[in-house]
Amino acid sequence: MTNQTLAQYANLGVYSAMVVFTLAMIAFAFDLAGAAPRVPASAPEPRMEPALAGAAPPDTADDALVPDGEPDLPRPRSRKAAGIAMMLTRLGGGLLIAAAAMRGLSAHRPPLGNMFEFALVGCMFVVVVFVAISLRRDVRWLGLFVIGPVLLTLGLAITVFYTDASELLPSLRSVWLVIHVTVATFAVALFTIAFSVTILHLVKMWLEAQAASDPRAMSHLRTAVNTALPPARSLDRTAYGIHAVAFPLWTFTLIAGAIWAEQAWGHYWNWDPKEVWTFVIWVIYAAYLHARATTGWSPRAANYLALAGYGAILVNYMVVNVYFVGQHSYSGM
Amino acid sequence: MTQSKMDTRPDESEVTQPTLGPVGMLRWAWRQLTSMRTALFLLLLLAIGAVPGSIWPQRNIDAGRVADYLVRHGGTGPWLDRLGFFDVYSSPWFAAIYLLLFVSLVGCVVPRSKIHWAAMRAQPPRAPLHLERLPESGQIVVDGSPEDVLRAAREVLEGRQPGGRRHFLTRRMAGRSTLVRRWRVRSEELSLSAETGYLRETGNLTFHMALIVVIVAVAVGHLFGWRGDRILVTGKSFSNTISAYDTFDPGPWVDTEALSPFKVAVDRLDVTFEEHSIGAQQGAPRDFTAYTRTQASPNAPQIHQILKVNGPLSFGGTSVFLLGNGYAPVITVRDSAGQVLMHEATPFLPQDANYRSVGAVKVPAASPEQLGFFGFFLPSEYLDQVAGPSSFFPDLKNPALALGVYEGELFPQGRPQSVYTLSTEKMTQLKNARGEPLRLLLKPGQTMTLPGGRGTITFDSVQRWAGLSIRYDPGKLVALLGAIAALGGLIASLMIRRRRVFVRVQPKGRRTLVSIGGLAKGEDPGLAEAIEDLLGAIALRCSTTGTSTSSYIGTSTLDTSTNGSGTKP
Repeated sequence: MTNQTLAQYANLGVYSAMVVFTLAMIAFAFDLAGAAPRVPASAPEPRMEPALAGAAPPDTADDALVPDGEPDLPRPRSRKAAGIAMMLTRLGGGLLIAAAAMRGLSAHRPPLGNMFEFALVGCMFVVVVFVAISLRRDVRWLGLFVIGPVLLTLGLAITVFYTDASELLPSLRSVWLVIHVTVATFAVALFTIAFSVTILHLVKMWLEAQAASDPRAMSHLRTAVNTALPPARSLDRTAYGIHAVAFPLWTFTLIAGAIWAEQAWGHYWNWDPKEVWTFVIWVIYAAYLHARATTGWSPRAANYLALAGYGAILVNYMVVNVYFVGQHSYSGM
Repeated sequence: MTQSKMDTRPDESEVTQPTLGPVGMLRWAWRQLTSMRTALFLLLLLAIGAVPGSIWPQRNIDAGRVADYLVRHGGTGPWLDRLGFFDVYSSPWFAAIYLLLFVSLVGCVVPRSKIHWAAMRAQPPRAPLHLERLPESGQIVVDGSPEDVLRAAREVLEGRQPGGRRHFLTRRMAGRSTLVRRWRVRSEELSLSAETGYLRETGNLTFHMALIVVIVAVAVGHLFGWRGDRILVTGKSFSNTISAYDTFDPGPWVDTEALSPFKVAVDRLDVTFEEHSIGAQQGAPRDFTAYTRTQASPNAPQIHQILKVNGPLSFGGTSVFLLGNGYAPVITVRDSAGQVLMHEATPFLPQDANYRSVGAVKVPAASPEQLGFFGFFLPSEYLDQVAGPSSFFPDLKNPALALGVYEGELFPQGRPQSVYTLSTEKMTQLKNARGEPLRLLLKPGQTMTLPGGRGTITFDSVQRWAGLSIRYDPGKLVALLGAIAALGGLIASLMIRRRRVFVRVQPKGRRTLVSIGGLAKGEDPGLAEAIEDLLGAIALRCSTTGTSTSSYIGTSTLDTSTNGSGTKP
């Protein structure tokens, strides 16, 4: 028996989170637009981005080792908008956690039973991971590109994917639901952030090339984005780092799924469409990691593989669940 | 894998190659196959090759849907079939991809293991002369003689305190706690080389070797494993012999005479469906539980066990899964004299979510001609204007049998046939008085008389059946262990950094100039910081022995794409 009142509150939480994220997105966009230097093109050197280069703020013992700040750097701009955006992001993340919890409580089970719930929990993980990273590094430049996809997904979830809270099919009643689906959703959340960073890397490479050839011809927006984003190399490293964490998690998802399939269906691998696509995603990201380790491949080519991998994730979630006939037909739609 | 940063072999593309003999050609082909580029290409091909199997129905999963597809696509269907699109994962081209990948994997892992084995036992290479040419480098001038400074550097790398005590897990380095890295250090007169992160390559090789183990385990499962399916009506039992199965699918090397001799009886099957929800969830299955009695061997004691959807029964390596359920109406057919010709619970196969089930009742004992009944069992019967007798709910709310009656030869030429359908080629359908096909609609307990003194049919009651799937896969445990080892190796190979650090000392008056250079395999954003830490720690250690402070010259990063944040020395 499900508690529909609680499910209603969960939906209310999702709607509120969407409102908060919309405001956060506007604030992030405002912050990015304000990144262009006041005096255009007088200082082509990008402002210092200490966070992503991997250095923690220097403490006292290190002070002797750190060279004095370069005197020709422009005065750091005010980033009040970004601060507000980060606050709103945390608030929205809190609302999503509450929504997921209420959704789970309403059906007395983990909220991992249908596409609406995967989307909800996936968005929650994306925001939580983003906020967690933001505690250690300055990732305010990334906010717009993380909250944007989250907002889009939540919108789809509450309209297209929405399913009433209810109990699970017998084959889904297993401790492996929590293990397999939680890790899968978390890995997808990381892949999503990595996808955003990879796209930004490609954009930044393009902008850097433009800035190097003819900085005066660049529009204000391009200059702003170019200034706001960390150097392309650093973006590339960040994207690789997130992928390197997400890939073992995806491997675990694959293994846990096989164990569960063995228990529920009698065979650990049966080439079910969902299994096939999980495997395809795994293979594409494996190819990405191999391409990174091969000197013959440029990082740009490898990054296209990462984008293809994310494309496969989207297919796995939105096409396979809904259109392909298989044993993973639990979309509830 | 064959061309990465630390690989010191010459770049083959620049070598003008002599004409190759047959052996040379083979070697060339082997090199090509085991090259990283080919492995990458094969990986992508594997990903693309797997996709059609998710788009088109597959015979090994649902042969019925394949047949249906072939009927509906008369033009393209046979061509797709010829190309193996309905048996993708057993098609020659898919096998070609994974076999090539397998060979490539072996060809890559074996030589790399040899190299790594040697590297693990070797000393780090000597420090190069110009450390500032390395990807990361830094310099500092400290107090003390070159020997003392070198000793300090060694102590820092080995994680020792000045007293020689070794920290176990963490050490404070320049005011910061870092995980101890175990450096292998080589000392020369005025230089020092250190290397760490050998486990990265160990993990990488473990990952690839474990994948080989998984693939072999899957192959073992295919060769020695089997699966059988059996529909078991409640109250009945079955023994694990090949004749007891409705379908049996053994691997090529299975000894079908030596199946483990267990026995399973299903006493009761409880099913629950969603009653309260509305919309798509209405009637969705909620719980299936079978209460069984099992015997591991004919002489073993009987055990009562519960079999559920996520909880299989296990007999040694053989597992019994509950994969389906349905209804078996108990039907009695008598002749005109009241003699029982057939009395049996006959399983009907569900066709939709509301368990509209089809089945056949065969009465070979009937005379003068054999009788056959074919039609539907409906757990919650209602009459649909278009589809005829249908079911509105999967549970027994209004059970009914809707049957047509046939007369003639049940088993023409003794050919085997499905128990769920009637082969009507040698049979004629009985008609009612108006000349329409005779249709019987029976509720439990009802008896109907067949026209022309053919006797009666009685629908006594309804029983449930459990769809059991019995599987034996001797490779699955090995596959699991291989997969876990692969995951462990993967994590090690992605998280551990392989680094080399070189230290050179040079007397500078009464003080010493320390140069440090470092390089890493693959991505290593923390290398610059590590060099900086090392410089700081050496400075700290030397200034505690001396009196004056050390002077910092700086670190530099060889990076052409961005402006380094440090100043070049």
